[in-house]
Amino acid sequence: MLKYTFKGVGGGNDFQWCFSQVKGAIDEDVAEADIISTVEFNYSGELLATGDKGGRVVIFQREQESKNRPHSRGEYNVYSTFQSHEPEFDYLKSLEIEEKINKIRWLPQQNAAHSLLSTNDKTIKLWKISQRDKRAEGYNLKDEDGRLRDPFRITSLRVPVLLPMDRMVEASPRRIFANAHTYHINSISVNSDHETYLSADDLRVNLWHLEITDRSFNIVDIKPANMEELTEVITAAECHPHQCNVFVYSSSKGTIRLCDMRAAALCDRQSKFFEEPEDPSSRSFFSEIISSISDVKFSHSGRYMMTRDYLSVKVWDLNMENRPVETYQVHEYLRSKLCSLYENDCIFDKFECCWNGADSAIMTGSYNNFFRMFDRNTRRDITLEASRENSKPRAILKARKVSTGGKRKKDEISVDSLDFNKKILHTAWHPKENVIAVAATNNLYIFQDKIN
Amino acid sequence: MFPKGTKRKFSDSGDEPAAGGEDVNQPSSVAVRMLSSYSLQRQSLLDMSLIKLQLCHMLVEPNLCRSVLIANTVRQIQEEMTQDGTWQIMTQALSAANAAAQCSADRLVATEVLCRQTEATQGEQVLKPFPAVGSEGCPAEEEVVVEEEGEGGVTMSTVSPQAPTSYLPGTFGMDPCWEEENGEDEEEDEDSEECGSGSEEGDSDRLVEDSRTAEQVFGTFEIKNPAPSPDPALEELFSDVDASYYDLDTVLTGMQSAPKMGPYDLLESLSSHGPSPLSSSTSCRSDLNELDHIMEIIVGS
Repeated sequence: MLKYTFKGVGGGNDFQWCFSQVKGAIDEDVAEADIISTVEFNYSGELLATGDKGGRVVIFQREQESKNRPHSRGEYNVYSTFQSHEPEFDYLKSLEIEEKINKIRWLPQQNAAHSLLSTNDKTIKLWKISQRDKRAEGYNLKDEDGRLRDPFRITSLRVPVLLPMDRMVEASPRRIFANAHTYHINSISVNSDHETYLSADDLRVNLWHLEITDRSFNIVDIKPANMEELTEVITAAECHPHQCNVFVYSSSKGTIRLCDMRAAALCDRQSKFFEEPEDPSSRSFFSEIISSISDVKFSHSGRYMMTRDYLSVKVWDLNMENRPVETYQVHEYLRSKLCSLYENDCIFDKFECCWNGADSAIMTGSYNNFFRMFDRNTRRDITLEASRENSKPRAILKARKVSTGGKRKKDEISVDSLDFNKKILHTAWHPKENVIAVAATNNLYIFQDKIN
Repeated sequence: MFPKGTKRKFSDSGDEPAAGGEDVNQPSSVAVRMLSSYSLQRQSLLDMSLIKLQLCHMLVEPNLCRSVLIANTVRQIQEEMTQDGTWQIMTQALSAANAAAQCSADRLVATEVLCRQTEATQGEQVLKPFPAVGSEGCPAEEEVVVEEEGEGGVTMSTVSPQAPTSYLPGTFGMDPCWEEENGEDEEEDEDSEECGSGSEEGDSDRLVEDSRTAEQVFGTFEIKNPAPSPDPALEELFSDVDASYYDLDTVLTGMQSAPKMGPYDLLESLSSHGPSPLSSSTSCRSDLNELDHIMEIIVGS
């Protein structure tokens, strides 16, 4: 049942966001390994996966709605936890390879088990997560403890019965796709053919078949013959949701290239080139850095794509290459602070963005544990905060505001008071409902719309 | 803060009176010219960027995107400084200070930041490279500002006697690497502190010192065409590996079997000026041959 009657982003309409759950340690001292590095719902929204810097994957499953508490939506509880990647050492380069999970992408479900791809900087793994909650009892050929029975002793036959047992969830690595990336993998994307997927690093994009691990096709290579000439890298890539021959990749210069794999084996020449002309009045030494695209996502419909650069989110119509159709300012008040943000490296933070199921709203993160939502129809936007203070069950989230002028109103926060260590880089929106997952450092917040 | 979109007027620098009618090539008049606010800010941004790039190859795995963006920013600044004539002034001041080769002001900063160990090992003709370190051992600015011949240049990737570009001998190899290389975790803290303190130095001292630092880094940036490796073992090594997964024309720090040097080890070795750089480079060669052998096995040639 589709529930996204999205009347407004917030404030003044029926629609409001409420706190639902928070996962993770409350401890002030955050262990680096616990920092969440990716969040992703599966196709049905029943499962929610997170990856962290320690190489672990935690999957939450939504409980069935309880008849006893009809007003509370299903909660997400831990379904499976496993160590996906371990730290490695590259002997050839004498370098450590971080175990941090850069991306998780779910595969469409084909049987009772669930499958996902998880990747660190170098290696992609396909994990199968299966559960057992029944066991068979009453075998003919073996005892209860598994020993084989003497065939001559068997005098009668019986049909084994299935008895319930404590649910056991098992995650096993089914495929390991290794040794295909010299540079750091930043994206993986499952193709709509459900057979292939792409992986992208700073300079190359590879196409894999899910069944074949010892080979991949290189479909984009922007590495210059002379590395001195390197001025642009690939920052993100994604397959088109419906056309299995189409994919896009974004660059550090703020451009997006759409490629058609039918055109050539090596898609170095793009089919479409998306770039917004620069506004000469706002040019500064930081113009290029803030134009670098940190995330690109197709809309569910496949008609649009969204890009996130440092200060804004842009929605592009795939049929129009020369400029985006919509631009949303995420935190324009930071424009005058770019020098400081360059100094403390925050200007290189890679924020992600996501669509809601209906493609009518988009969400992205900011600093101070703020995240922003934009309604494409009403053009309303709202700033919300993921914090323990607003974590009472079903508490309605209050809109936050950053004061930019001299006068700071009550409840507003000034730009200089923002905590730049509390950044929300990863957010995810349930594919069908108004449920969102927001990763705030080591905590995962789940919010949902208020039940009227 | 950088004002949005405002361009420094060229007349700004002309307004500053040269102090005491000194020779325009003297550093102090450079200091005076560069005292205009925009120039200072731009210089500070340049310094910050260079420090960041130095930091890059001290981390375990530098982020390529970040390195590229910073290098592009540095290029942009250099371009602007060249157009404004500030670049010429700076390089003239440097060449006055340094009797050796001049740095061509017209050459744009290349974004070449590879560590080429091969060049490093033969680069000892010009500099004594510090192969064991790869490019990990890039001590902070303050410790490195030495222009003597024979200072252990860290991975002078592109240095070679035949290099067409001008290059200041003894320039410390501040070589921001695109590829991953050895990193010292201990260095991180040290240098992150450095980052902030870099801007706190006194104006005149800072300007000269920063110019020299910039020169050091730009010196490495400017090498565009590294000389081919005369070492047959290395050449063969490269030819084998071309088809392999790893780009060996990037970092070869892993080739050194010498133990990883901590930052303090490097400084000690540098200050000792001793035979250690040489000996480690000879051991480097035997290691290279060994690695050559291993690569042959792996590649199956």
